[in-house]
Amino acid sequence: MLTYIARRIVYVVPIVISVALVCFLLVHITPGDPLVAVLPADASQELAAQLRAAYGFDRPLPVQFGLWLLRALHGDLGNSIATGRPVLAEVMRAVGNTVTLAIAAAIIGFTMGILFGLIAGYFRETWIDKVATSFAIAGVSVPHYWLGMLLVIIFSVQLNWLPAVGAGPSGSNSWTWDWAHLKYLVLPAITTSVIPMGIVTRTVRALTGDILSQDFVEALRAKGLRETGVFRHVIKNAAPTALAVMGLQLGYMLGGSILIETVFSWPGSGFLLNSAIFQRDLPLLQGTILILALFFVFLNLLVDIAQAAIDPRIKRG
Amino acid sequence: MLIKKNKTHAALIALLALGTAAACPRVASAETVLRIGMTAADIPRTLGQPDQGFEGNRFTGLTMYDGLTGWDLSSADKASVVIPGLATEWKVDDADKTKWVFKLRPGVTFHDGSPFNADAVVWNVEKVLKQDAPQFDASQVGVTASRMPTLASAKKIDDMTVELTTKEPDSFLPINLTNLFMASPAKWQAFYDKAEGADAKAKSQAAWTAFARDASGTGPWKMASFTPRERLELVKNANYWDKARVPKVDKMVLLPMPEANARTAALLSGQVDWVEAPAPDALPELKQRGFKLYANEQPHVWPWQFSRVEGSPWNDIRVRKAANLCVDREGLKDGLLAGLMVPATGTFEPGHPWRGKPSFEIKYDKAAAQKLMQEAGFGPNKKLTVKTQTSASGSGQMQPLPMNEYLQQALAECYFDVQLDVIEWNTLFTNWRRGAKDPSANGANATNVTYAAMDPFFALVRFLQSGMAPPVSNNWGFINNPKFDDLVKKARQTFDPAARDAALAELHAASVDDAAFLYVAHDVGPRAMSPKVTGVVQPKSWFIDFSPVSMKQ
Repeated sequence: MLTYIARRIVYVVPIVISVALVCFLLVHITPGDPLVAVLPADASQELAAQLRAAYGFDRPLPVQFGLWLLRALHGDLGNSIATGRPVLAEVMRAVGNTVTLAIAAAIIGFTMGILFGLIAGYFRETWIDKVATSFAIAGVSVPHYWLGMLLVIIFSVQLNWLPAVGAGPSGSNSWTWDWAHLKYLVLPAITTSVIPMGIVTRTVRALTGDILSQDFVEALRAKGLRETGVFRHVIKNAAPTALAVMGLQLGYMLGGSILIETVFSWPGSGFLLNSAIFQRDLPLLQGTILILALFFVFLNLLVDIAQAAIDPRIKRG
Repeated sequence: MLIKKNKTHAALIALLALGTAAACPRVASAETVLRIGMTAADIPRTLGQPDQGFEGNRFTGLTMYDGLTGWDLSSADKASVVIPGLATEWKVDDADKTKWVFKLRPGVTFHDGSPFNADAVVWNVEKVLKQDAPQFDASQVGVTASRMPTLASAKKIDDMTVELTTKEPDSFLPINLTNLFMASPAKWQAFYDKAEGADAKAKSQAAWTAFARDASGTGPWKMASFTPRERLELVKNANYWDKARVPKVDKMVLLPMPEANARTAALLSGQVDWVEAPAPDALPELKQRGFKLYANEQPHVWPWQFSRVEGSPWNDIRVRKAANLCVDREGLKDGLLAGLMVPATGTFEPGHPWRGKPSFEIKYDKAAAQKLMQEAGFGPNKKLTVKTQTSASGSGQMQPLPMNEYLQQALAECYFDVQLDVIEWNTLFTNWRRGAKDPSANGANATNVTYAAMDPFFALVRFLQSGMAPPVSNNWGFINNPKFDDLVKKARQTFDPAARDAALAELHAASVDDAAFLYVAHDVGPRAMSPKVTGVVQPKSWFIDFSPVSMKQ
């Protein structure tokens, strides 16, 4: 197992370097001026050139990349051009908010997804299956931002039950798990949970149906094992694949959704990315993409290790 | 039993009375809070020189800070003009027109209690102009230096008098100084002394970062709490030097909400009391539900800026005039924009001190436009192809795609064949500085970048003076008109305010007579608010004074 973990970690190194290179280059090859955030409309070329030199944007790209990577390895992602604040602190605060949202959405989405998937899998080709499958299809098909706005119109504008935007009441500077804060989380979390709910439902339904049709299940039943025991076997066999799918979904959610976070003004990583793109704040953009990509890479690593721990066949492969 | 019941009632009544009595003073002294949904995606910078354009100046500049000069925002009918701020009076040196003496307002203190004086002015000028000053901050230079392009240095004469020097005689300086906000040197120094850093530059940067979290200016609002990207809470400065502008509400909460529908929903659900730029299609519902809408002409122009390089079709004044006469601006306003624009007949409209008396009247006259085009050699069978660069969105761009498509349709009736080159906003912005001759113009002979018209340099000079052609500034089309150059010089070197205004009016009238741009619209800065919000004056300005705003309980 340790060898497997070590091998997986070694694989991660070139991926991380490639990710760093790609996110550095992506924001440099797009047209436009990186100093838009701090240059007013009428700034002369002379002033623009002066500031470009001050921020180091006049240096050759490989030099810029080398310096950026070196600083990044020391935990310094530079300062935001727009706000002057350290990028790492900005990103970590936003990621914290996104993690809060992702946890809530994962709880809702995975619970509903597993439940619907198991029900649909056990009752294949019945009306129950059709209802659950319809939910799943709607979940992956409905446009997020549309659903978010619909929920806001119903629950905030019309019924006035829940706040439409923000991540906490006035005067609150940090997240706490009380109702005053949780009510801000309800609508964005439900909106975010819809896609994972749909995907997990479909996955679990397919796995359950597949496992139930296998010979070993018949053998277990023939041996007189109760349905609860059969169910445990179904769960155990479905778990590695379902876990992988949920891991990926969690990764996507941890990346934050620009649309959902913008619709709800939820100050997470998606909202931060939107600001960074809008202001063309290169250090912030690079730092945010890098941190999110690293999250994704390490989350995949953890999922791989977890899968291997559950199913020993995987590490042999 | 009856007695017992009566006693119980009496006790209840007494309790209620006590409760009411206890509650009354609390109600009377309840904190009034005004919550505003901004269009910005983040709180504009709070350290004195805000980013995010004039929305930044509106919310974190003019609230917490003052400049030596300021804007009169007290009228919804008259154009906003420059008035004394932290300087009570100023005068240019008769012998050397590059030197100005500013008399400072006595008795003003920063929010931290330190005095505002000549040293503070010098310190604030040097924060953006003197590279070897400890407080020099490159991140504040960009949003400041080009808004006062001729300011060179500041010198203390005495505690309450300061001398400012410009690189060349420039009568626009007092107007430009509205953009230089006075931050507290004492507060910054305290942060600097505590800061950790490898060198003075690192300490300085750390001090500015700390200052942004706990800012100190002289303005009518003081920073109470700041959560980056989430909210800024300001409380009223009861000791503000201008007693008439001490805020009426106790607290103002600023919330970034970049999405128009989210802002509107927040207002409709009672989460905020005021939103900037509500979603246009929600206006009927907002009105129907009793929300108040405010809009007024802003110093802002939505134009096509013509290329005047060799071979450009716009070099023929008949073509420029024809385009200006071929657009039904009222139709654009009432149809596409639901009333949220003012038709432009120049950079400044009648009533503005810099309007002047142009002889060319910009209006909708299709017949006259067609006649001009025919005189220029075009007609139904020989259309003139023109190409315009624009963006799909962007700061101040209003609704660029549908508006440009409207122009495309309108101009087609006057024998124009308009081709649109739609590019990303920041790219368009960058190209704007590069000019019509640059390959990035992609062969376009007009560009559609909106502009602020707060001061003469922003509104006129950078576009009309030949010396402002790229790479110097925004004369994108390389206009080279000696008359404009002479009038710019005259306006810059006229130091009597009334005579300077007259010179600027002459320059503006000349630009309209020359149909220098295709003038289309002015934005109106729409905002919507709860009926509880009272005392709002929406001036003809990008800015607004929050001091007279009250909240009904």
